[in-house]
Amino acid sequence: MAIFLTKDSRVLVQGMTGAEGTRHTARMLAAGTDVVAGVTPGKGGRTVDFGERTVPVFGSVAEAAAETGAEVSVVFVPPRFTFGAVEEAVAARVPLCVVITEGVPVHDTVRFRALAARAGTRIIGPNCPGLISPGQSSAGIIPADITSAGRIGLVSKSGTLTYQLMYELRDLGFSTAVGIGGDPVVGTTHIDCLAAFQEDPGTDAIVMIGEIGGDAEERAAAYIAGHVTKPVVAYVAGFTAPEGKTMGHAGAIVSGSSGTAQAKKEALEAVGVRVGRTPSETARLLRSALGRLSP
Amino acid sequence: MDLYEYQAKELFGRHGIPIPAGRVAATPQEARAIAAELGAPVVIKAQVKTGGRGKAGGIRTAPGPAAAEDEAGHVIGMDIKGHTAHRVLVETATVPFEEYYAAFLVDRAEGGFLAMVSAQGGMEIEELAATDPDAIVRVQIDPETGVDAETARQLAAKAGLPEAAAQVLERLWRVMVAEDAVLVEVNPLICTTDQRIVALDGKVTLDGNAAYRHSWEYAEPADSLEDRARAKGLNYVKLDGRVGVIGNGAGLVMSTLDVVAGAGAAPANFLDIGGGASAQVMADGLEIILADPDVRSVLVNVFGGITACDAVANGIVTALELLGERGLGRPIVVRLDGNNAEAGRRILSEARHPAVRQVPTMDGAAETAARLAAGA
Repeated sequence: MAIFLTKDSRVLVQGMTGAEGTRHTARMLAAGTDVVAGVTPGKGGRTVDFGERTVPVFGSVAEAAAETGAEVSVVFVPPRFTFGAVEEAVAARVPLCVVITEGVPVHDTVRFRALAARAGTRIIGPNCPGLISPGQSSAGIIPADITSAGRIGLVSKSGTLTYQLMYELRDLGFSTAVGIGGDPVVGTTHIDCLAAFQEDPGTDAIVMIGEIGGDAEERAAAYIAGHVTKPVVAYVAGFTAPEGKTMGHAGAIVSGSSGTAQAKKEALEAVGVRVGRTPSETARLLRSALGRLSP
Repeated sequence: MDLYEYQAKELFGRHGIPIPAGRVAATPQEARAIAAELGAPVVIKAQVKTGGRGKAGGIRTAPGPAAAEDEAGHVIGMDIKGHTAHRVLVETATVPFEEYYAAFLVDRAEGGFLAMVSAQGGMEIEELAATDPDAIVRVQIDPETGVDAETARQLAAKAGLPEAAAQVLERLWRVMVAEDAVLVEVNPLICTTDQRIVALDGKVTLDGNAAYRHSWEYAEPADSLEDRARAKGLNYVKLDGRVGVIGNGAGLVMSTLDVVAGAGAAPANFLDIGGGASAQVMADGLEIILADPDVRSVLVNVFGGITACDAVANGIVTALELLGERGLGRPIVVRLDGNNAEAGRRILSEARHPAVRQVPTMDGAAETAARLAAGA
């Protein structure tokens, strides 16, 4: 099993005819994703040949969804077109919209997040690597060859730390790994993923990766205390980050005394979540939580 | 992107929000000239992007031009919590009858916009939130409808501000939207004895991601490695330690800094070269780091996700060729893992660059870099 994305998910790619869109659509197909359509305004009627599959291009999400029954959209369009792209996916009632684009103005994100909430569309991202249910499907840019299907769920603000932890635990495998993105406002939170993993019969334990900025990890800790019975281990990046400096991700900033890694670690530990000091220690904690020793 | 008070007030002025008359000065003589122009008692305010200016002596009053020059002489160059005041704002002294607080901000927790308004302004809002949280009215703003006249009126009424403040609230919201701000804060927003509402201070943070749709000109004078790095499109933050750090992905680089610190050394910088780092980007990154005289050793920590490690290794080799002599002298510890790691490691081994040594794990590489920085 998995959360949000399975082998049956029909996926469309907004911006498929762009360089990034084409490159990653090929990777998604190789990962087993059922990519059924591409969307590029003005380029409807074309097709793109990916070797094993030829994918039709539509001029709008509405058309693509109506013709193919796509239920997941992956957005690869540049920041200035992202609001319009997501608005279109939401209007077409696509249930899941994964926004990979980095550099989306936060006002745009707040606006499309509100639209999506009203329409019942789940947004993942922006500024995220997407999600993968190894062996089944990938919607985004998470490499499919790091690991295979297993029973660990992972939710992370960071792409490369997701890869790192998947790699450290590659012998065990993952049900689903979700990169929720490093922007100050994102569509899907740690809590949304924790709730879904708790419900997923295919997930036995959860790795949660956070970083400085905001209070999402503290909120997740409160949620875990009340709702999550599966073992959760966590990692938080940014203990050495200075106050007031944005560390790469737009949302990764310690403001005054709020948003520090230490506060997040303490909040998680206070509810019994073990927090690794390094990615590799986090992997060891997960193994011990599952009673599985190193390979 | 944080603005200085004078820049925030320029935006306020453009959007019809009352501010005291005044201008920014970079020298005491300019301050004198502005005070003479204003022809009234003035306030001299240090322009620094940090709070607590008043307590640090960065806000002074002057009855006339001569005193303004004198006071500006004291304030310009002053260090306030590590920020140097290069300029002062010279304004007509405006006496508050009442002081309020008003802010609009991006609410990360709710993924929306939040209004925060209080009839008790003046002190730091964190302090007020701690001592009297009920004195702050917090209202979620619907991003579709925003703050219209009626919403602003209700907001003012709820917080106990005079009705005249509603129009200012509405206009502050306009600054928020029109300027792509993530924070617009006025503390204090005042009511004068003659019942005028005036923004006595201003703090605005703009969203750098929205720069493409504005013609912002808030560039700082280039004087640091951070500026040089920015000019090359690198994501670099200077820190205090001796281990230079390069990695791919913001989260992994933050994590690398922590692991270096855990190994007993302090990192010299944050530098994220991103996903598909080319040889040129690697060379630019190494050049910036090696230009930092504090750096004693360099740690390159790359996890090949989409990028294959053999490409990264070729990038490092090419980067070191581009750097020539500048790439020597300080040890460069490289950890490559993930996609095609073995091929990558082989490329580096065969290149036999005298400065490069490889360590297969992140923890081990951080320990090695820390030890080398300490001179062992």
